[in-house]
Amino acid sequence: MNTLTFAGVLLVLSAIAYHLGRRRAYTVAGGELRKLHSLPSYYGLYTAIWCGLPALVLIGFWLAFENTLVTAMVVSDLPEALRSLPSERLNLVLNDLRNLAEGNIGPESVDPAIQAAAAHYNQLLQISHWAMAVVVLSVAMILGWYALTKVKPHQRARNAVEVVIKAFLILCASVAILTTLGIVLSVLFESLRFFTSVPPMEFLFGTVWSPQTALRADQVGSSGAFGAVPLFAGTMLISAIALLVAVPIGLLSAIYLSEYAHKKVRTIAKPLLEILAGIPTVVYGFFAALTVAPFVRDLGRSMGLEVSSESALAAGVVMGIMIIPFVSSLSDDVINAVPQSLRDGAYGLGATQAETIRKVIFPAALPGIVGGILLAASRAIGETMIVVMAAGLSANLTANPLEAVTTVTVQIVTLLTGDQEFDSPKTLAAFALGLALFAVTLVLNVIALHVVRKYREQYE
Amino acid sequence: METTKTEVESADFENTHVEDAVEVPPSEDRVPRDHRETIGQLRVSDPRISCTDVNVYYGDKQAIYNVSLDLGKNEILAMIGPSGCGKSTFLRCLNRMNDTIDGCRVTGTINMDGLDINSKEIDVVPLRANVGMVFQKPNPFPKSIYENIAFGPRIHGLAKHKDELDEIVETSLKRAGLWNEVKDRLEQPGTGLSGGQQQRLCIARTIAVEPEVILMDEPCSALDPISTATVEDLMMELKEHYTIAIVTHSMQQAARVSQRTAYFHLGYLIEVGETGQIFRDPRHQLTEDYITGRFG
Repeated sequence: MNTLTFAGVLLVLSAIAYHLGRRRAYTVAGGELRKLHSLPSYYGLYTAIWCGLPALVLIGFWLAFENTLVTAMVVSDLPEALRSLPSERLNLVLNDLRNLAEGNIGPESVDPAIQAAAAHYNQLLQISHWAMAVVVLSVAMILGWYALTKVKPHQRARNAVEVVIKAFLILCASVAILTTLGIVLSVLFESLRFFTSVPPMEFLFGTVWSPQTALRADQVGSSGAFGAVPLFAGTMLISAIALLVAVPIGLLSAIYLSEYAHKKVRTIAKPLLEILAGIPTVVYGFFAALTVAPFVRDLGRSMGLEVSSESALAAGVVMGIMIIPFVSSLSDDVINAVPQSLRDGAYGLGATQAETIRKVIFPAALPGIVGGILLAASRAIGETMIVVMAAGLSANLTANPLEAVTTVTVQIVTLLTGDQEFDSPKTLAAFALGLALFAVTLVLNVIALHVVRKYREQYE
Repeated sequence: METTKTEVESADFENTHVEDAVEVPPSEDRVPRDHRETIGQLRVSDPRISCTDVNVYYGDKQAIYNVSLDLGKNEILAMIGPSGCGKSTFLRCLNRMNDTIDGCRVTGTINMDGLDINSKEIDVVPLRANVGMVFQKPNPFPKSIYENIAFGPRIHGLAKHKDELDEIVETSLKRAGLWNEVKDRLEQPGTGLSGGQQQRLCIARTIAVEPEVILMDEPCSALDPISTATVEDLMMELKEHYTIAIVTHSMQQAARVSQRTAYFHLGYLIEVGETGQIFRDPRHQLTEDYITGRFG
């Protein structure tokens, strides 16, 4: 019996248990449902959970340990010559054995001793499966029956069921949190490994970034320099350009949409603006690289400026367009959240619409708008694809937006793509950069959320 | 409040209890309930604002039907009636606040100083400076107390220097009876005041732009009784300088503060008259139903 059909059988058993539990609840109530503590369906669920849940957990454990146990038993029965092999060789033998047992390779190429062991392995697995079936089904039935006997009018089935549901919800919630925690910790530990070969001070304050390290001792010219300042500077430069584009356009369009636009215009324009946020960043990337960057270069040339074909300006402008919806949508929301009574108050004093917006609505919405801008900024800092395609890879330390620069995210991509050895400072540097990036965006997000929340409390 | 008067002069009505009206046996000659033409004294000899045949529509729905009514100089006019009867809508016609509502249309003439303020040619900005409004819920701006008062004078350029502005702020707060409570904390946010103080701040903000008419849309409905009493005293004083129209759900309040009372019902102005007469001897059956608590 394979595991899937087995789970199906268990499901059917639980369904039966549900039915029995419910019927039993009706019986013990003697037709007077109000005597029951919980609704009859809760007694059904209670029985079904007792029947299905422990059995399911048991299957999980069984499957987790079955392979280890069976393998250990097979190894102990192997001929002495095979058993005393070093552990790497033994693993190879076991690999062969499993492949043979599962029919992935034919028997002709394998040693007869291993063939025998494979047969033994299969037999043990078979036994284990049947044993599991018997044990689990009896556990399910016994516990189901036990739960059934506990169904009494005063028994608090609903509370018990709710405890199980709550535990399940907690489990789901912790998956996301634990995953995040795991990622942060793994990045942290890899960064610590990096900092054993490159001092943190050199990483944080060095001005030369050249991560090529020698793969072989006889290579020349690849000593590796890990000063991340040019990357941070490049990130700042591009994010600043992006915000310079996105904040005025986003804010003014939000003011237009929320205060001036006719209802019909608003219902069409707002979703259209939000579509900008749905365009894949790689599309923005080639738009930046193929259209905007050459345009900027030609424009610069016609004005007699030296512009490289990949420039911070091109990447920044396109990134700015990408984050316009963030700024405009969040600002629109906070402007709409300013109570109508404040508008009425200003109009009632004879303020014009422009005065009302400038002197009442905008100041009242300002904290929320700042929060939106910070969220947009953390998005800009973390953005990769546009910069990879439009801003180049050369780690120049410059404030000139017409030159090529590179960012933290771009360097992470280039460090980890292609064939790499995973213990050189070059690859480990990616984790350190990731950690720095994570720290910055985390701080920005925390500040932004704090500001936004503080603003919300003001009117509620 | 316990005194019972059989004859009441309109100017001296503060002490009259509204329940007095119940003691008057319903006379036989009330205007029947289905009569919709306004009865009573809708014109005054010295009007500040004079409305003729005002109709208000929200989209296709008509909210106000043919209301004609005068607001006399230095009088407090109370508008009462059950929820949804159109009294607030009518009030908002008087300074064109209905313009801010999408799909709202007002017809008829509203005459003030020889001009029809309902006409499209009228600029609402000076109109609203001249006809101020106080709202149901205190709505101070999230700025300092000083800035709340200074907002109006600033946008209308009423003060040339800081000194003048300071003076306007002080006078307005004094008139609103708030000066002594806030003079030491003018830089603190107006939203930090108590509800009653906030409402008086809003009144001070309104009189800072020196309007001639003040519209009050249920100004005390969010206030406790003590704050309500303060605001009512304030209204009695303001009456000396301003014309006041107040929408209220409290018949006691209407009886305490107003000289004339207008009763609205489902968009119709049913009856207008001296406050004493309206509460003591309403001519219309609907008015009587409402003030005796049989309706609304």
